[in-house]
Amino acid sequence: MKNTISERVADFLKDFPPFNELHEKDLEKLSTEISIVYKEKDSLVFQEEEVPHTCFYVVHKGAVLLRKRPDKTIVDLCDEGDIFGLRPLMANENYKMEAVAYEESILYAIPINAFKPLTQTYEEVGNFLIESFASNTRNPYANRHQGNLYGEKENRNTEAHPMLFDLQPIAYSKKIVSCSPETDIKSIARKMTKKKVGAMLVVERQLPVGIITDKDLRNKIATGLFPITAPASSIMSSPVITYPKKMTIAQTQMAMMKSNISHLCLTQDGTPNTEAVGILSKHDLMLELGNNPAVLLKAIKRVRKIKKLKPIRFRVTQLLKGYLDQNIPLTLILKIISELNDASAKQVILLALKKMDAPPPVKFAWLAMGSQGRSEQLLHTDQDNAIIFEDVPQERLSETKDYFLNLARLVTEGLRDIGYDYCPAEMMASNPHWCLSLTEWKDRVLHWIVNPGPDEVLLSSIFFDYNLTYGDRTLVEQLTQHIFASTGKYPIFFLHLASGALQSPSPTGFFRQFLVEEDGAHKDFFDLKRRALMPLVDAARVLVLSHQIKSINSTAERFEKLAELEPKQREFFLSCSYAVKALLKFRTKQGLLHNDSGRFIALDRLNKEEKMKLKRTFKTIRELQELVRVRFQVSNLLG
Amino acid sequence: MNPFKKKRHYPEFWETYETTFGKRLSERLEEVRFVVLDTETTGFDYDNDRILSIGALTILNNTIAVDQTFEVYLEQHFYHAANVEIHGILRDEAQERITELEALQRFLCYVGNAVIVAHHTAFDITMINRALKRHGLPKLRNKLIDTAVLYKRTLIQSPLLQQKEHYTLDELADKFDISKRDRHTALGDAYITALAFLKILGKINGKKDLTLKRLLR
Repeated sequence: MKNTISERVADFLKDFPPFNELHEKDLEKLSTEISIVYKEKDSLVFQEEEVPHTCFYVVHKGAVLLRKRPDKTIVDLCDEGDIFGLRPLMANENYKMEAVAYEESILYAIPINAFKPLTQTYEEVGNFLIESFASNTRNPYANRHQGNLYGEKENRNTEAHPMLFDLQPIAYSKKIVSCSPETDIKSIARKMTKKKVGAMLVVERQLPVGIITDKDLRNKIATGLFPITAPASSIMSSPVITYPKKMTIAQTQMAMMKSNISHLCLTQDGTPNTEAVGILSKHDLMLELGNNPAVLLKAIKRVRKIKKLKPIRFRVTQLLKGYLDQNIPLTLILKIISELNDASAKQVILLALKKMDAPPPVKFAWLAMGSQGRSEQLLHTDQDNAIIFEDVPQERLSETKDYFLNLARLVTEGLRDIGYDYCPAEMMASNPHWCLSLTEWKDRVLHWIVNPGPDEVLLSSIFFDYNLTYGDRTLVEQLTQHIFASTGKYPIFFLHLASGALQSPSPTGFFRQFLVEEDGAHKDFFDLKRRALMPLVDAARVLVLSHQIKSINSTAERFEKLAELEPKQREFFLSCSYAVKALLKFRTKQGLLHNDSGRFIALDRLNKEEKMKLKRTFKTIRELQELVRVRFQVSNLLG
Repeated sequence: MNPFKKKRHYPEFWETYETTFGKRLSERLEEVRFVVLDTETTGFDYDNDRILSIGALTILNNTIAVDQTFEVYLEQHFYHAANVEIHGILRDEAQERITELEALQRFLCYVGNAVIVAHHTAFDITMINRALKRHGLPKLRNKLIDTAVLYKRTLIQSPLLQQKEHYTLDELADKFDISKRDRHTALGDAYITALAFLKILGKINGKKDLTLKRLLR
């Protein structure tokens, strides 16, 4: 019987294929029979080779990763409305891949027994399934193993430089799946399924004469135009459009666009009169393009719905992984990734502004704080942000603030939707304490500088790494001016900031062993952020601010600037900069490995070399803290 | 026990409900049956207000089966016009309605010895207990979990974060990105509460070693 929840389920499903084809009554009935499953992040939905469940799944909220052994390569990322785990049920075989919740997810589990009859009553539902099973080309995140014409790849240039990307030669499959013009379609389809390819080359006397793709099977066979016993020659596209084997990415793109085709046949000399040497699919091209920051940046800017940013962000993470694997310098990685992060945030703000009923009443600036402000956010962590808006007359202050609070709510929600968790301490622009007019900010900051208690020091250390994400730069500059003017008058503030920088707990104990967390959710883990990164970040901040520099936010660059400002300490500051980069890289790799922020490290999972690397940075940290202690005479304060 | 009072005889459905408590609950959370509950009432006065509807659903191993939900609407003898607006349950709306006793009977049969989860449990449970009392029945015996209280366990202890005394269901829904459709229908609210409960569990059970005993603490 239908109830409030089944109605809600039906209302969600009706927007997604193949459920959009169902009549209201059937969808209603189906909805009463499903189960709603909650999956924590990283929990398994099913395993490879597991006996199939009695139901398949639709992602309602969150995302599910499909992976394949042996190396757990990612096959697909299922987003809201995507179906997974259906094919094994229809084919009566065990799961061919594992499904893991990529983030906290809610799934609708649809019993196959309730669904199967519908595939027979509705032609469209049946077709949808045939299509999605036949072609693996639907999804853009697929990894190289899928959608290739052949499993193995050669000629792959992994060291592609991002700047010269379009002129890179493109990799193609050298092994070609082919048949003769007389072969019947049924055996062709079987062979394509067996070899997992999306197109088959038709060859006569070793020369390419035609090509058959998934699309031909769908358009000409599934529609009943030709029987499955017909020969290949009856449905193949002919003649074949051929190209020489040395194609660049740009050329490939042009060729496919020009002829509106999805597969290129590569021959010895580029004409149909020589032997075929390889096949290039649109999918190969997509994969190459997916790894290009310029394309991702364009994709981000083109997004019209915040939700659509999420799959792009997933590709950014894949890109990051690739960079780390290729050992590209971290400074470059940081630049590229933070550029992409910044663009996403900017896009969210732009889209949120569009949703507002009116344009902003006055100028404003959206600030990123914390690690994002320092452009050190490689992985998604929490969001810390704030708004400064132009001063308005007192009587208009509250309505103006309301406007920006509403805007901030939309933006923070949007950021949450694309993977930035809410700040647990609510340091976000949607909090009235972090959405202030310029004068209010000046007063607040002055208060911190004049009364530097522990809370004030903590707040200022988070806030002072602000960086403009969107909006009016002059507002930010005025605030920066004000901060330097105030700290000039109250130099004691630096002493407190410095002592705050020395508060982080030590990474190692007396016997130089790692100190791990003693209780809480992360008991026995090493807190990389608090014990190793924060001391460096905090020290860099106080040192560089005492030099009246605000334009540089990245910790590594701050140390490089310090090396320049203090030639005597040059070597030492450069080693600090190196330590920061090493730790960030370490944290990012750990984070990618475990799909989290990388903050807490299980020491028993590190090898000896990794531990040594960590410990080497600790020596630098100790020396740096000593320098801060002496320079700001912190002992005076601590007594 | 009052020795002068003979053990009262309760109707059969109550005895059946009682016997379900003969079995001990499992300590493993994935084996525990949770019934998430919400009641809509004519108001907030325990003495004069009545239950309009009860909605409930079952969580077993992080899964809610849609066909095993519970939703009843009760016959009403008097109405506060002010409340109709919130709940949208109109007196003459064509909903199948049952008597209070019938509703209680069905509910007891549904809930059994499950652990009851609700947002501000005290209110819903008191409402049901008062109804039970009107029919000469004892109070509910189930273990209770209040999502309003449980939620606080997910908050960080920070001098910068002002903890509130009470968190509303709306606040939880916003925090956890749960759609607020069907808010103020009993089953709709129960569903929101259920998702919030699952998400809170996910947060406080990071190491997967939480037992029922520690959850109930």
